[in-house]
Amino acid sequence: MPKDGGIGASTVRREDIRFLTGKGRYTADINLRGQAYACFLRSEVAHGRINRIDTAEARAMPGVLAVMTGADFAAMGGNPAGWHIPSRNGEAMKEPKRPVLAHGKVRHVGDAYAVVVAETLEQARDAAGAVVADITELPAVVDMAQAVANPDLRVHDEIANNVCFDWGWIEDNRAAVDAAFKTAPHVTTLELVNNRLVPNAMEPRASIGDYDPGTGDYKLYTTSQNPHLSRLLISAFVMGIPENKLTVIAPDVGGGFGSKIYHYGEEAAVLAASRALNRPVKWVADRSESFLSDAHGRDHVTRIELATDLEGNFLALRTETLANVGAYLSNFATATPTFLHGTLMAGPYRTPLVYVNVKAVFTNTAPVDAYRGAGRPEATFSIERVVDKMCRELKLDPVAVRRKNLIQPDQYPYTTPVGLVYDTGNYPATLDKLIEIADFSGFEARRAESARRGKLRGLGLSTWIEACGIAPSNLVGVLGARVGLYDAATVRVNATGNISVMTGAHSHGQGHETVFAQIVSDKLGIPASSIDIVHGDTSKIPFGMGSYGSRSLAVGGSAMVKAVDKIIAKGKKIAAHMLEAAEGDIVFEDGKFSVTGTDKSKTFGEIAFSAYVPHNYPLESLEPGLEETAFYDPANFTYPAGAYACEVEVDAETGRVEVVGFACADDFGNVMNPMIVNGQVHGGVAQGIGQALLEAAAYDDNGQLLTGSYMDYAMPRADDLPMFTVDHSCNTPCTHNPLGVKGCGEAGAIGSPPAVVNAVIDALHRGGHTHVTHIDMPLTPSRVWSAIQN
Amino acid sequence: MHNFDFVKPSSVADAVRALSAEGAQALSGGQTLLPTMKQRLAAPAVLVSLTGIADTKGVSLSGGALSVGGATTHAVVAQEARKHYPALADLAGGIGDPAVRSRGTIGGSLANNDPSACYPAAVLASGATVITDRRRIAADDFFQGMFATALHDGEIITGVLFPIPEKAAYVKFNQPASRFALTGVFVAKYGSGVRVAVTGASANGVFRWTEAERALSASFTPAAIAGLSLPSEGMIADLHGSAAYRANLARVLTGRGVASAH
Repeated sequence: MPKDGGIGASTVRREDIRFLTGKGRYTADINLRGQAYACFLRSEVAHGRINRIDTAEARAMPGVLAVMTGADFAAMGGNPAGWHIPSRNGEAMKEPKRPVLAHGKVRHVGDAYAVVVAETLEQARDAAGAVVADITELPAVVDMAQAVANPDLRVHDEIANNVCFDWGWIEDNRAAVDAAFKTAPHVTTLELVNNRLVPNAMEPRASIGDYDPGTGDYKLYTTSQNPHLSRLLISAFVMGIPENKLTVIAPDVGGGFGSKIYHYGEEAAVLAASRALNRPVKWVADRSESFLSDAHGRDHVTRIELATDLEGNFLALRTETLANVGAYLSNFATATPTFLHGTLMAGPYRTPLVYVNVKAVFTNTAPVDAYRGAGRPEATFSIERVVDKMCRELKLDPVAVRRKNLIQPDQYPYTTPVGLVYDTGNYPATLDKLIEIADFSGFEARRAESARRGKLRGLGLSTWIEACGIAPSNLVGVLGARVGLYDAATVRVNATGNISVMTGAHSHGQGHETVFAQIVSDKLGIPASSIDIVHGDTSKIPFGMGSYGSRSLAVGGSAMVKAVDKIIAKGKKIAAHMLEAAEGDIVFEDGKFSVTGTDKSKTFGEIAFSAYVPHNYPLESLEPGLEETAFYDPANFTYPAGAYACEVEVDAETGRVEVVGFACADDFGNVMNPMIVNGQVHGGVAQGIGQALLEAAAYDDNGQLLTGSYMDYAMPRADDLPMFTVDHSCNTPCTHNPLGVKGCGEAGAIGSPPAVVNAVIDALHRGGHTHVTHIDMPLTPSRVWSAIQN
Repeated sequence: MHNFDFVKPSSVADAVRALSAEGAQALSGGQTLLPTMKQRLAAPAVLVSLTGIADTKGVSLSGGALSVGGATTHAVVAQEARKHYPALADLAGGIGDPAVRSRGTIGGSLANNDPSACYPAAVLASGATVITDRRRIAADDFFQGMFATALHDGEIITGVLFPIPEKAAYVKFNQPASRFALTGVFVAKYGSGVRVAVTGASANGVFRWTEAERALSASFTPAAIAGLSLPSEGMIADLHGSAAYRANLARVLTGRGVASAH
C-alpha cells in the first residue's frame, strides 16, 4: 500500500482547483501597467519576394506606437536548429537562417513579416490593415516528392532540391540489410503517409515582452514548455541579451504537445518592441494564427519493407522516408525524424537487420517539429502496419507473429541494430495482459452481434516501444545535439520545516505539482500539503531543460530525488551532532532521524529549525541552512512499452468508422500516481485516434492551408471516443534512474494509430473487402468508402 | 471586430425601418454573422437585432400546420415541435451544440441558406411556406442556390408554416470537423405524396430528389429506392468527400430516412 499521499497514491491533482475555478494564471491573463499590444502581419501567400513594405500610413494611425518589419531584425541572429544531422555522404545539413521576422522572402502562409504595436489591440489591428506589403508571389512547393525532384522550385534560394539532409541509419549496416532482402523468402512492401497534424493546444501561444529601462533587465512571459531553453536560445543565438539580464516566465500553460518547446520569432519581437518603446508589449495569438504558425507535427511519406521467412520470422527491415520540415528548421525539427524515429525502427522486436533512410525536405508550409510522441509514433505506425500487412499476405495470426518476434524477458540489456540498448522490459507479458483485458476470446460473438446490425467489426493490434526520458547528454552530443539534456531541481527546506521544490521541468497540464509533491513527501515523511512545487520562472528555478519527450519524471524527478537525498544526508550530520551520536548510526525514516538501536530521535522539523537557527550545530564542519540542488543526467533513455488493441465498427455504406473499444496494456516502470498515468494514456489515445480517424493539416497546391479552422480541421471529441481500458500492472522498473520510472506522456499517441488502422482493415477483410490493403490516415468516412468501392 | 451600432426593435415595422439605413444588417442568432465580423470579414455599420420582437418567436399550431416564428431558437423548436412534428424537432435538436441551439434561429438559418445547413432540408421537404414582413414564399421558390434566397434586401423572415406530414425523418451525416451536414436528407410523407430534400450535397444548395419522391410515393419503403442513384455531377467535392461520395450518402440516407420515419 502506498503511503497516504505518497508514491503510488492516486492523489487528486492539486492544480485542478485553480484551473477548474478559473484561477489559473496564463500569459493572456497577465496585464502589466502601461502595456501596449502587438499584431503581426502574416504572409497570405506561401512563397513570395518582399519588394517593399510601406508602413507610413499605419504609423500615422491612432494609437500606433511602432511598426517593425523584417529589416529591423535583419542584423539579429537566427533561431537555430538544436541538432546537427549530417548526410550519409558526410555533408553538413543545410541550415537556412530563420529570422525573427521574414526578410527578403516569405516562405509559408502565416510567415510573419511585420508587427504593429499600438495602445490597444483594436488599434494595432486597424493599423495592420493599413500596412501595404508589395510581395511578388513565387511558385510554391508543397509536395515533398516534387520538392526533391524539381530543381527549379526552391524554398531557400541557396538550397537545391530542398533537401536539408539525407540521413542513413546505420549506414554501415546497409549492405547487410540489402543482402538479406535479396535472399528473403518473403518481402512485404507498404507505402504510407503519416499525416500532418496541427497541435491545437487549448491555450494559443502568447508572449509579453517587458523591458525595464531602470535596470536594463528584460522579462518575457511566454507560453513555453521549457523557459530556460527559450532563454538560452534568445540570449545566445537570437538577440544577444545576456542571460543574467533576461528572465523567462512560463506561468500556467494550457497544453503544448511539443508545440511550445520551441522559441518563436514573436517572442523576440515583443522583447525588441518593449526595448524600443520602454513599455511592456503583449501579443496573444488567435486560433487562426495558431493554425498557421505553430509548429506542426508528423508529415512523413514512407516506403517500408519487411523481409520474413514464410513463418513470419522477421529477417530484415528497410525504410525510406521523406520528412517534411516546412519552410524553416524549428528547434528540434532535425532530431524528430532521425534520432527519435530511425533509432526506434527495431520496435519491440528481434529484427536482426534494420536500415533507415530519411530525407528532410523543405517546403512552403509551416515548420514541422516534435508533436506528442515525436518520431516514435511515425516509427511505430510504419512497423505495425507492415507487420499486419505481412500477416495478411502470409495468412498468419497477427498475435502469434508478434509474440514470436518480441524480444524475450531474458534478453536484457538488449542492443538493437539501430543503436539503442533497451535496459529492461517484458513485452510478452503486456501482450498477454492485453489479450485478457481486451477480451479477445469474446470478439467473435461481438462481431456477430455487429453483423446483425449491419456493421463490420474489426480488431486491430499494435505493440509499441519508445525511447524517452530524454536523454544522456554525452550520447546525444556525439549524435549531433547542441544542448545537454539533463535536468535540475532545488529542494529548499524552510526554517519552519515546510518545503519549496524548484524544478527545471515544466507542467503544462501534466500534474507535476501533485506528483512531485507526492514523491518528496514519500521520501521525507513530510505531508504533501507542506510541499510546494515551483516551476516555470528562470529567476527562481535551476537551469533545467523543461518538459517534453516524457522526461519530466524520469529526468527532472530523478534530479529532485537526488536533491532530497542530499537533504537527508545533511540532516543526518545535523542529527548526529544534536543526538551526540556517530553519523553512521543515524537512520532516517518516516520523517524522523534516530540513533539506531536507541529511542533517541529528532524530527525533520527540529533538524530544519536547527539548520536555520544553528545554536547547537556543528558550524566548524557544516554550513547552516538546508537547501540542496542536484543535476541529473540520465545514463540511458527509458523504454516504456506496451500492447494496444482497438475494436471498430465500420458502416460499409457510408465508410464511417466508430471506435467501440480500446485497451492498453502498458509498462511504464514504477507508477507514481496511477490516476494521473491513466489520464495521460487517455489523452494520448484520444490524440492517436484523432490522428487515425479525424485530423489532417491539408495544404492545397498553392500552399494555402485548407484546414485553417475547426470548421475543417477535425479534433477528436468525447463522443468520438470509447471508454478506455487501461492497465499498467506489467511493470518492469527502469534500471538506471532512482525512481524506476519510464514515462507515460506520449505512449497513448504512439501505440494507438496503428491499432486503429489495423482494426479498420481487419473489419473490411472480415466483411469481404479483401482488396483493401491500406488506407492512409485519417480514415475519414469518405476515404474508407472510396477504398471499399475500388 | 470593427465598431458598429446596435438596435433592437420590438416590432417588425420598426425592424424594417431600421434595416433601411445605410450599412444596416439584420442580426438574428448571430451564429454565422458574429464569427464573420470577429474575423473582420464583415463590418456592418448597424446591427438590427431581430430577437426582440415577441410575435416572431415560438411554435404553435395554425390550421393543421405548424407555425414557427422566424426568431425561434433551435432549442425551442427541438422542445416545442416535438409532439406535433417530431422529425422537425429531431432536426433542430441536432444542429450544432447546446450553445448554438440556444442562440441560432430558424429565420437566420434560412436567410443565410448555407449549403450544409439542416433547416433548408426540412422546409423544402415539408413544402413549407416562408412568411416575411411583406409576402409568403413557397419553399420551392425560396431556395435559389448556395447562400442565395428569394429574399430582398431588408426583407425579414417572420415565420415558417410547416404542413404536418404523416411520417417524416431527418437523417444527417456529420461533416467530421464542423458537424454541419456533410449530407442530410429530410423525407416527409404526406397524403398527397412524398417529398425528399437533400442538403449538404449539391453545389446549388438544398434540392429535391424527385426521382426518389416518385418511387416513394408509390411505395414508402427503402426497397423502393434501392435501385436508384443520384448523379455526382453538381455535387460538392472537398476535403471531406468527393462528389460521388456525397451522391452515395444522399441515396443511403434517403433509405435510412424512410426506414426510420415516424
